[in-house]
Amino acid sequence: MKGDGETMYKKVPLYAMLVALAMIFSYVEALLPISFGVPGMKLGLANLIVVIGLYLLKPGEVLLISVLRIVLVGYLFGNGMSIVYSLAGGLLSFVLMTLLQKIKGFSMIGVSIAGGVSHNVGQLLVAALVLESGAVFYYAPVLLIAGLVTGTLIGIIAGRIVKEVKKGSRQLFD
Amino acid sequence: MKKKDIILIVLVLLLAGGLFLWRQMAGAKEGAAVRVTVNGEVYGVYSLLEPQDIVIDTELGHNLLQIRDGKAVMVEADCPDGYCRQQSSIRHNHQTIVCLPHKIVAEVVGSGTSTDEQIPDVVAK
Ligand SMILES: [Zn+2]
Repeated sequence: MKGDGETMYKKVPLYAMLVALAMIFSYVEALLPISFGVPGMKLGLANLIVVIGLYLLKPGEVLLISVLRIVLVGYLFGNGMSIVYSLAGGLLSFVLMTLLQKIKGFSMIGVSIAGGVSHNVGQLLVAALVLESGAVFYYAPVLLIAGLVTGTLIGIIAGRIVKEVKKGSRQLFD
Repeated sequence: MKKKDIILIVLVLLLAGGLFLWRQMAGAKEGAAVRVTVNGEVYGVYSLLEPQDIVIDTELGHNLLQIRDGKAVMVEADCPDGYCRQQSSIRHNHQTIVCLPHKIVAEVVGSGTSTDEQIPDVVAK
């Protein structure tokens, strides 16, 4: 148990840092005037932190960081609706990314693409449910492509960061 | 990048392309009217051919949809986020303006053909 305590002691600052980073991304995203035609939808830049987390931490820890980020960001910069959007996108993409990671044969880019695409699909589903209208699916092609592009970029960046972090601080994660 | 990554990318592209084609076939031509729904129920259908102001006052709040030059745009809304006022104008079939807080969807509807063919329809009435 001594070992666990020590790991915990080292990991708490890491959690805090990842949550803080993810919040910064969410804030930047809230400032970006990007509209996909469906109000309140986000690009999912904070997914970068989730992808990095999936390759450095346990899935439960990543989920905790992800939910913390969504609730904090929603509380600070958003409204009730943006929390529902983010939770739908965040949870769906988390589930799909952990699944693809388990399947093997996908690189971080593939995992991240699945995350980006499902993040947008989750938001679209919530919009359709809230509005009780399938009209928003008009924007599905745009949102799929947007998810593909952000997913690819995030996958490439996350890959580099994870490599560096693993090199830099072996003792933290071994 | 691994083989399965490429397969995933191709699948997403095919899905997006397929949905896009389906959407185009459903008609990306100029629509004939705007259908406004609130909470999933039809509030009214308004012709895009004539300029008009559509006031949508519900217990959720106030919105004003304006039709000018065959396009509809949300000009007034007292919703907390105001996203609906930032959305661009709509004129093609199936384009929408959404006000999530007020549960309003304005969608362009029509016969899927050009507005010229709509005119006999109007005359018939
Ligand atoms: Zn609105």
